[in-house]
Parts: sequence; C-alpha cells; structure tokens
Amino acid sequence: MLRLEKRPSPSRFWQMATPVLAVVLTMIAGGLMFALLGKNPVEAIRTIFYDPLFNPQFAAYSRPQLLVKAGPLILIAIGLSLGFRAGIWNIGAEGQYIMGAICGAAVGLAFYPSESVLIFPAMVLAGALGGWAWAMIPAILKTRFRTNEILVSLLLVYVAEAILASMALGRLRNPEGGGFPGSRNLSKWEASANPELIAGTGMHWGVVAAFIAVIAAYILLQRHILGFQIKLAGQAPRAARFAGVAPTKLVVLCMGLSGGLAGLAGLFEVTGPAGQISIDFGSGYGFTAIIVAFLGRLNPIGILLAGLLMALTYIGGELAQFMLGLPSAAIQAFQGMLLFFLLAVDLLSNYRIRLAKRGVA
Amino acid sequence: MDLGGINPAVLIASLMVASVPIMLAALGELVVEKAGVLNLGVEGMMIMGAICGFVTAVETGSPFLGFIGGALGAMALSLIFAFLTQVLQANQVATGLALTLFGLGLSSLIGQGYVGIKPPATAIVPFGPLADIPVVGRILFSHDPVVYLSIALVAGVWAVLKFSRTGLVIRAVGESHDAAHALGYKVTRIRILAILFGGAMAGLGGAYVSLVRVPQWTDGITAGAGWIALAIVVFASWKPWRILIGAYLFGGITVLQLNLQAAGARIPVEYLSMSPYLITILVLVIMSSGKGRASLNAPVALGQNFHASR
Repeated sequence: MLRLEKRPSPSRFWQMATPVLAVVLTMIAGGLMFALLGKNPVEAIRTIFYDPLFNPQFAAYSRPQLLVKAGPLILIAIGLSLGFRAGIWNIGAEGQYIMGAICGAAVGLAFYPSESVLIFPAMVLAGALGGWAWAMIPAILKTRFRTNEILVSLLLVYVAEAILASMALGRLRNPEGGGFPGSRNLSKWEASANPELIAGTGMHWGVVAAFIAVIAAYILLQRHILGFQIKLAGQAPRAARFAGVAPTKLVVLCMGLSGGLAGLAGLFEVTGPAGQISIDFGSGYGFTAIIVAFLGRLNPIGILLAGLLMALTYIGGELAQFMLGLPSAAIQAFQGMLLFFLLAVDLLSNYRIRLAKRGVA
Repeated sequence: MDLGGINPAVLIASLMVASVPIMLAALGELVVEKAGVLNLGVEGMMIMGAICGFVTAVETGSPFLGFIGGALGAMALSLIFAFLTQVLQANQVATGLALTLFGLGLSSLIGQGYVGIKPPATAIVPFGPLADIPVVGRILFSHDPVVYLSIALVAGVWAVLKFSRTGLVIRAVGESHDAAHALGYKVTRIRILAILFGGAMAGLGGAYVSLVRVPQWTDGITAGAGWIALAIVVFASWKPWRILIGAYLFGGITVLQLNLQAAGARIPVEYLSMSPYLITILVLVIMSSGKGRASLNAPVALGQNFHASR
C-alpha cells in the first residue's frame, strides 16, 4: 500500500521537474486521444511540437507566429500569477482582455483619420485602463462586500462578450464596412497599427511588453517588499496579517495589475494580429493563460517558457488541423489535459510517496 | 398584468423549464460543498452532461437513456476531479478550472458530428384532464418528468441532509474533517461519493439543456449556467429549498429577457442577454455583505484538502 508523507517544504527538484513530467504525460495521453480519433499519434505529436519549428516547409511561416501567440499569453499569465500567489483568483482575464481591446480601440477610433503619433500611446493607455477598470469590479466588490472574486470575475466575462457583440454591431462598427459587423481595421491605419517590429520574427509591441512584464515581475518577486508580501499572503495568510500586510491593498493591487496586463494584451492584439473589433475577437487567451500561469509554476521565467510552449500547441494544432484533419477542439482538450497532469504530478513536490504496510496509518 | 403581450401563465411555466438545469447543478454542488469540497468545474461537468446526453439520446432514440448517459458522462469527469483533489491532494480551485477548460474542449470534440441534429423529444407527463385546468394546468401539469424530478430532488436532498444519518455524516465531514476522521468516518470516501453525486446532477442539468431547453447541440451550449449554479449555492446560503427559489428567480430573468427580445423591446439584445449575469453578480453582492451574510453559513472546511497524517 502506498502512503503519502507530507514534505516539510516543497522539493526543489520536483518543482522544476514536474512541469516537464506533466508535458511528457500529456503527450502520451494526448497521443492516445489522437489514436482514438483515428490519427497516427506519433505523426500528430510531431506535427504539433516539431514541425512548426523545424519542418523546412512550414517553419518560415510558423516560427514568427510563436511570438505572436505567446505574447498575449505571457502578458496575461504574468498578471494572473501574482494574484494566484497571493490566493486571489482572477479568472476573468478573458473579459479584461476584451474590455481593454474595446476601450483602446474606441479611443483610437475617436481620432480617426488623424495621423498623430500620440494616438497609439493613448490607445495603449486606454487599453490598460479598460482592463484595469474591469478587474476593479470584482476587486472592489471583494474588499467592500466580501463577494467571491472567482464568480464575479468569471461572470463578467459573459458580460464583456455581450458588450463586445454590441460594440462590433453598433457603436464601433466600420461606417464604410457596408453594414458588416466589425470595426475599422486598426492594423491598416498607420496611427493605430501595431506592426511587426523586426521582419520575420513576429515581434510586435505586445511581445515587447510581455518581456518587460516578465523582467518586472521577476524583480518584484525577488527584490521588492511587495513581492514578499504577495508570497507571504499566499503561503501564510495569518502570518501576513500579523506582519502588517493589508489584504485589501493586496487584492486591489493584484487584481488591478492582472486586469491592466490583460487589457494591454487585448489592445496589442486588436491593433496587430486581430486588426479589428469583431464579434469573435475573444479567442480564449484569457483562459489559456491560466494554464500557462500554472505550467510556469507561477514563476516569471517559468511563465515565459510555458507561454512559448502553449503558443506552440496553438500553432501546431492549427497545422495538425490543416495537415491531418485533427479537429481544433482536440487541441483545446489537449491543453486542458496538460493542466490536469500538472496538478496531478504536483503531488510529488509536496509529498513523499512511501511504501507502507496495510492497516498502519 | 400585461407584460407587452407576454402571458403570465406561459411565462411561469417556461421559467420552471428554464430553471431546471441550474437547479439540478446547484443542488449537486450544494451536497459537494456541504461535504467540504469546492468543485468549480460545474460548467465543465454540465457541458459534458449536455453532449453525452445528446449523443446517447440521438443514438438510442430514447431521451430517458439520454439523461442517464448525460449523468454518467459528467460523473466520469467528476471522477477525475475526485481523484486529483482527494487522492493526489491537488488544489481544488485550480482543478475545478481545469475541469471546465477540459470539459469545454472535450465536449466540442465529441459533438463534432452532432451539430444541427434534433434530439428525440422528451414526452410531457400525461396528467389527463388536470392539464386542461386554465392557468393552473398550464403552470403545474404540462411539464416533462425532469421538471418534477428536479423539485423532488430538492425535497430529497433537504430531507437527507436534515434528518438522516447520512446527511449528518456529510455535514460533519464538511464542517470539520479532522473531527469526522477522529470519529472514524472515511472522510476521503465520503467526499468522493459527494463529488460523484454532484457530477451526476450537473450532468442531468446539462443533458436537460441540450435535450429539452434548446434542444440541439452547439459548442459552449451551457453558456455559463454552471457558474450561475455556483453563485446560486451562495445565494441559497447552502440551504436546499433556497436553491429552488434561486433557480426560479434566475429562470424567470432568463425567460423574461428572452421574451423581451422576441417582443422586440427597445433595449438592444446584447444588453438583455447580459442581464442574468449582472443580476447574479448583484445578488452575490447582496448575499455576501452585511451582518446576516451567507458566508457565515458556509461549511467551515470548504475548499480545504484533507490528508490523514499522523
């Protein structure tokens, strides 16, 4: 009979090793799922994880996409990880992402067709503020009325989606679009465009922002008192209170930061890769970022790597859809599976598994 | 009362139908939370129930088997949650989220060949002449069996939790798992069973969405019903009868906004369709603030993992 013995402190080795183990296990289980769908599992896994980077036929197109997809995932996940560390669960990043895009786009479109260089910075600011404000709703409700932030932030995603639809069909609709839903194309209007900065890399301002966020979060957590307070509040809430950490301040701060970053991600997406506010603008980055945050072990460097890996599954998934006819939903299930395995193998870092005689406990 | 051409009797009858999915899911989650487990994967389990129920009903031609299939499908998913949180000691919040993300993906994968098909119709319970009574007949005697089953289940869960030994054990485990363990109750086993019950109920609710309420299959068909069900458990202060009230309240809002949409109200459709979510948030705020706040009634060990170490 196996017995679990709690470790006095989490094992450092397993904390590093579990994400890798989880990815391997997910590949095996995912391969089984692909086999059940009637696809060659080895080929499917190779198409998802290898071909986008190294296949000479696709790599030229796929490699730049890696940063395009990883940018928003990393940006959102960095924000979420701060809250998750402090035990503050903002799971409505998808809504904050949408609201950031809407607010940023609205500010930009208000000045159409001006060519001022100030428009893009103003839009970035508005995007961050939009996401921040949307995240402030659950934050204030939590601090003022003790309302559960998980439910409120999640329910607000549905509200944001409804607002998005109404904006794409109404206020922000392109007046020259022949009545079709969707705003003007922001990526084709020079003042608001968020173009590829270095040709062939996929690097746009959102990716730059993501890298800055990684570095800033790393410094915050390692070197700043605030980072210490965040970690303390998550690991020992009682001790944190005795040490003078104000829970209210922390909730407002973590929610606000994650909302602002999600809003930024939405703004960079709408001015770049997506190009316009449309009904289907919300692409699930806000939810996938939750997986990225956990896969990266809530650590900035880990999130950077996890974001790149998750971006790879998106691109590889599209490629597998195109090459092997693998349904896109299979990739979504695959990503969900990854989180399962990650949570399962986390056991190894917190517990020792010992053999024990039956009946002794 | 005139609601712009909306017949009140029809409105009440259809709100009873609209509230069934959230009522069932919330009732299941109530039992899970009473046992001290927070399963945030209700949305994922509901949508698995919706697709499994739909596929079973279409393939067998029997809505009854469809509901069974829906309950079993969601139960299978909840088993993953039970294994991860109860055996492998995983974080309940994160595992619940994983369950929802995975359920949404898997359901859309299973449902690929089933878009645009009509499921076999679920028959209405024949009450004979009773159904012809004006107003009352339309409200009380014109429903399918699941509507009556959901109300019976509320009564059943209430009675079991309040009067039976089983209910006492479940509550003990949820209030203090250490004390329950010391008394010799199998905390982990009881919690796993509660989670499976919650899964089956969410699956029934989900199957009701795809077989009766809509009735067809589209991706993301439950549209947040699972999250509203979670909110209703808080609204109900973990009391079964209040689940009924909460579910009817939200069923009423849903039906009313749909009717207003159909009646061509001045308010744009998008603002009407966000109203159930906004009102859920509003109700959550009211219930969780003030002196008589609902959280005082929450099971004490809610969300805490139990590990029987010496």
